[in-house]
Amino acid sequence: MKPAQAGWLFVAPALLAIAVFFVLPVAAALVMSGTDFDIYGLADLRNVRFIGLDNYVQLLRRPLFWQALLNTLFFVVVGVPLSVAASLVAALLLNSPLARFKGLYRTALFVPVVTTVAAVAVVWRFLLHTRYGLLNYGLSSLGFSPIDWLGNPRWAMPAIVLLSVWKNFGYNMIILLAGLQAIPSEQYEVARLDGAGTWAVFRHITLPSLGPMLLMVSILTMAAHFQLFAEPYVMTQGGPAQRTVTVLYLMYEDGFKWWSLGSGSAVAFVLFLFMFGFTVLQVRVSRRWGTA
Amino acid sequence: MGREGEVASELLAAFERENPGLRVRVEQLPWSAAHEKLLTAYAGDATPDIAQMGNTWLPEFVALDAIVPLDERLRASAQVDLSDYDPGIVATNVLEGRQYGVPWYVDTRVLFYRRDLLAQAGFDSPPRDWDEWLRMQVAVKQRGGSDRYAVLLPLNEYEQLLVLWLQQGEPMLREGGRFGNFRSAGFARALEFYLSMFERQLAPRVTNNDVANVWNEFARGYFSFFISGPWQIGELKRRLPPALQASWMTAPLPGPNGPGASSAGGCSLAIFRRSPRMDAAWKLVEFLSRPPVQQEFYRLTGNLPARRSAWAAPALAHDPYAHAFRDQLDRVRPLPQVPEWERIATELRLVTEAVVHGDIPATQVAQEMDARADRILEKRRWMLDKRARR
Repeated sequence: MKPAQAGWLFVAPALLAIAVFFVLPVAAALVMSGTDFDIYGLADLRNVRFIGLDNYVQLLRRPLFWQALLNTLFFVVVGVPLSVAASLVAALLLNSPLARFKGLYRTALFVPVVTTVAAVAVVWRFLLHTRYGLLNYGLSSLGFSPIDWLGNPRWAMPAIVLLSVWKNFGYNMIILLAGLQAIPSEQYEVARLDGAGTWAVFRHITLPSLGPMLLMVSILTMAAHFQLFAEPYVMTQGGPAQRTVTVLYLMYEDGFKWWSLGSGSAVAFVLFLFMFGFTVLQVRVSRRWGTA
Repeated sequence: MGREGEVASELLAAFERENPGLRVRVEQLPWSAAHEKLLTAYAGDATPDIAQMGNTWLPEFVALDAIVPLDERLRASAQVDLSDYDPGIVATNVLEGRQYGVPWYVDTRVLFYRRDLLAQAGFDSPPRDWDEWLRMQVAVKQRGGSDRYAVLLPLNEYEQLLVLWLQQGEPMLREGGRFGNFRSAGFARALEFYLSMFERQLAPRVTNNDVANVWNEFARGYFSFFISGPWQIGELKRRLPPALQASWMTAPLPGPNGPGASSAGGCSLAIFRRSPRMDAAWKLVEFLSRPPVQQEFYRLTGNLPARRSAWAAPALAHDPYAHAFRDQLDRVRPLPQVPEWERIATELRLVTEAVVHGDIPATQVAQEMDARADRILEKRRWMLDKRARR
């Protein structure tokens, strides 16, 4: 047997699994997105019509799709930097030589990551409550008027961002903390001997050493943020006035709430194209960063 | 499903004693997942023999041809007599002239109100028509001040507006469920009345999520009226402090001119086409429809029995809160029986929410809703035309 054949033989099981569980469903979904498959189609396949690109055209004409895209982009653009910044700050604090009870804090800050969203939602709905919430209590003691976090269309998405940052920053914090601990202490000592202040040390030693890690963290966070679903699903069900409907939420509603599996598949492919585009962009940027 | 699922085994012990050969396996589902689960079961060829089904789900399962008509079994049955049921409820189970379900328990929407707050505002009986209701609301709001309201109309529910429209006695869809009928004068009247309660600050612009605990707020007097179903009787008895127990009551819904109609809801029992044990399943339907079993079911869950003769039970006959429901059940009407209705109603909720938040002018609602309904019903029109050609 030639080495190449042996190679194919070895990867065959994996390829088979990928074909059955990934390529096939994706191909089926692609075909489905060209039909009007729905509850009637489920009853009898003869009730399914091929409608070509109609699902895509209809989707681009739907104001709700653009609203969902806007909502998702807001979440990505505001949420990703906030989330990464929060992780970085937490990691720096934990890594500080002055910090005590590090193990305790590390665990405590990581707990939200492993808590189920459903349980978190119950607590946050109380925190965000307009009249009895802790957040508005704090705001009003600072002299601000209370905010109707989940009821006001303008504030609902910021509230979701807040919840999501709190829920997820612990994960990236652990990764960044590992990165910080890998920076040799000699570098810090040398910088201090040269008379560098705290900010200069952070700017010229810590940040550059963390660079690759920060890039990876932001790529992963962005990919996750594009797929926002669970938080609005449990907190607001897409409301108020559809300001927290995300692209993935739209897909779920079309496909599984209304069983319009055709148009739901179309949403999935459009989302895929968007994420693909953003990833290509990120890789380009990171290449440039790497050579600079 | 829900509480029913939890007590079902208790209820079914007697059935298994009567029929030693039969064992009933109960699958408990939470309400939030039940509809999806049954559809998935159909797609995966794993439907049960018999299931409780929301009356509004039946059109969908009939469209799927997943459940069987029960007319012949009903004609032959000595135990189930449909004349002992409310006609409005029975009608929700009739599709294309055939009876697809036997009502198990009933549900309709009535008015819950605070007697004491109403008395303080100078009224000693609940409203009978819209004008009177509005006068009461204005008086209650005047006494309550700026951070209290008269009525709760949660923006994440469509039932309230739908019921006001149902009261007009018009069809909600035109031409046999082919097009929306939002252009009708009745919808305009219902919408105007509904929106006026927000404009006059009688109803807070909130969803149920914002209210967090409806019973606490009702006890606090945040609002004096709300529209809801029979399960609230048990909740209010349990959750309101003893001092307030004499202060709340139920009343039939006020209509545009005198007592109004309400929606015909509840659950029915249906038998699946793929069941290999249809005779045994029908035996279970007959068992669950017996008046004493219906009474026992009421005792266990608080769900109102579908069978009228079961209402003679002292527990029901002497419950002052149940009277409004008995009265209202004489005036219930089914919602449109098309599989797409839930989606259309959800669109209506979204559009009215946008109006209340000032995103869409109220004058555009009818046109917008007819456009959305017609788009949703496109497939149905194609199906009906296809069948007509055959």
